[in-house]
Amino acid sequence: MTELKHYFAPTSLDQAVECLKDGDVTILAGGTDLTPQSQAGRIRIKRTLMNIRHIPQLSGITLEGREIRIGTLATITEIMEHPLVRQHLPVLVEACNHFASDQIRNAATLGGNICNASPAGDTLIPLLLLDARVELASMPEAKLYRHSMPLATFFVGPGKTRRSLCELLTCVRIPLPGEGHVAHFHKLGTRPALDISTISIGIGGTLREGVLTNVRVAFGAGGTGARGAEARCRHHRQGRRHRPRRGRTDRRRARHRLVSQGNDP
Amino acid sequence: MSLKHDIEFTLNGVKRQASVDVTMNTLAMLRDVIGLTGTKYGCGEGECGACTIQVDGVSLNSCLMFAVDCDGRELTTIEGLANDSKADALREAFVEHGAVQCGFCTPGMIMQADHLLHKHPHADAECVKRGIEGNLCRCTGYKKIVDAIVAAEDGQRTAP
Repeated sequence: MTELKHYFAPTSLDQAVECLKDGDVTILAGGTDLTPQSQAGRIRIKRTLMNIRHIPQLSGITLEGREIRIGTLATITEIMEHPLVRQHLPVLVEACNHFASDQIRNAATLGGNICNASPAGDTLIPLLLLDARVELASMPEAKLYRHSMPLATFFVGPGKTRRSLCELLTCVRIPLPGEGHVAHFHKLGTRPALDISTISIGIGGTLREGVLTNVRVAFGAGGTGARGAEARCRHHRQGRRHRPRRGRTDRRRARHRLVSQGNDP
Repeated sequence: MSLKHDIEFTLNGVKRQASVDVTMNTLAMLRDVIGLTGTKYGCGEGECGACTIQVDGVSLNSCLMFAVDCDGRELTTIEGLANDSKADALREAFVEHGAVQCGFCTPGMIMQADHLLHKHPHADAECVKRGIEGNLCRCTGYKKIVDAIVAAEDGQRTAP
């Protein structure tokens, strides 16, 4: 167990991934989770604390071909107010609107919400519904290496992802939803603001002539305890249904599944 | 010994330098290193909003921000707003509407209200309620605060 020895604020992606080679680095982005968790002793900061705020390649929201690229440093406020997101990804706006408080939305980053991998992470559900991919950068040799994977396979458990200690999540890529795409996010908590979801669920699909096809259901929080949490993560990866069904029925079924899961002893 | 780092930033319009513990949060830096105690420590977890400040023009919980992350940025605290004539209408509205009781939440509430009114110049009560969701007040029941913020905006709009 090493103690914090260095603070590093790189200004380029190369510098950042070079630093990560060490494997003993805690990454700081918005800080809304890391600050209180580390001060309360729930997270131990590793040998190097690396602040990625000053890396320009990690910011911005842009349209690249048929997909929207959201930089890892984009804040929840930036995402929910961006014209591209508002036009093409309303379910992401919906979830961002339920995210914590204004002060936290102004600081918290998308990359942080994803890498924390909390089942209660509000942006994860819309991103799963939208078939988002995450892009990771590393420097296995002397050159920068990037690869991407579907968000649905990125999560392996509560708080656990496939990101290796030497990798940095650089951006999220979301394909533009096709014609007739509909999606909604619902979160249940004890009060509207600043609530960590006790139950969160999203449903999306293609709606044509009153029939919902390509239905995708994503589960976030629901119930407590490790058993429920594992089940939740399995649900993250499943959920695609090809058989056409009436939207209402499907939504009702989804709720039943979630409730029975939450009541599991 | 804890790791220190030197930072440089603008605080209430004035360039500042500070040597801070790398693990220290911005709230602790403001209160304990710089000595500006207007920003309050309520919960330390971003739940209460008493520590709200503005950084690069947006409101943040200073308890959720590492002090080293202030490097190169522009901070405004309640002390900065106190000397800003743009905030006169807000201050007067809080007094007129009795929106201050024990006063502990007030600095954070004012910082958030100021940010809200910059962003939504025509904020109505509903918009104000959403905007101050992250600020707790255990005295007033919020009505007077919401009334004050709405009135402050009215005052600003009708001012010459």
